[in-house]
Amino acid sequence: MKLARVIGRVWATVKEPKLTGVQLSVIQPVNEKLEKMGSPLIAADILNSKENDLVYWVSGAEATFPLPDRQIPSDVSIVGLVDRLDTPAL
Amino acid sequence: MILARVIGSLVATIKHDSYQNRKIMLVKPISPDGQMKSLLMVAVDTVGCGVGDTVLVASEGRAAMELLGLKKRPPLRSVVTAIVDRIDYAPTSPAGGSS
Repeated sequence: MKLARVIGRVWATVKEPKLTGVQLSVIQPVNEKLEKMGSPLIAADILNSKENDLVYWVSGAEATFPLPDRQIPSDVSIVGLVDRLDTPAL
Repeated sequence: MILARVIGSLVATIKHDSYQNRKIMLVKPISPDGQMKSLLMVAVDTVGCGVGDTVLVASEGRAAMELLGLKKRPPLRSVVTAIVDRIDYAPTSPAGGSS
């Protein structure tokens, strides 16, 4: 998994039915110093994060499993809203 | 699996169930000679690692499901599987010959 800052939302009415009811958030991957790392992505966001939230996310096949009852067609999913980062070594 | 160094941890109360009651660490991949790479990864701890430890990290959902004893595939890839005591290796020079 990796860290990211939530920088926006995406709305789409015409889409794959299995994505219905799933928030789509624009996320900017960041490193431990919260500096940008790579380009922004669109994540399936069942935790309903808000703009500027720091989150962690999973990519690949694992990203289809955030919901207990069904798989969602996404390769990037937010799986945690970060309250605090502890990086004593920095 | 990859070699990595634990540089910190994170706290998240709102998160997917498969992350509940688990320490969530910040790790950075390192080469066998200890050079740290820029990538930052988030990995679930299963061995009680701490900041500064050199560890092994497995990053695949089925392995994670196994390691965490879950009944269903989790939205989770990276798991710290071991704390490394020592690394013995023969650095291969780019030409492939033993230096």
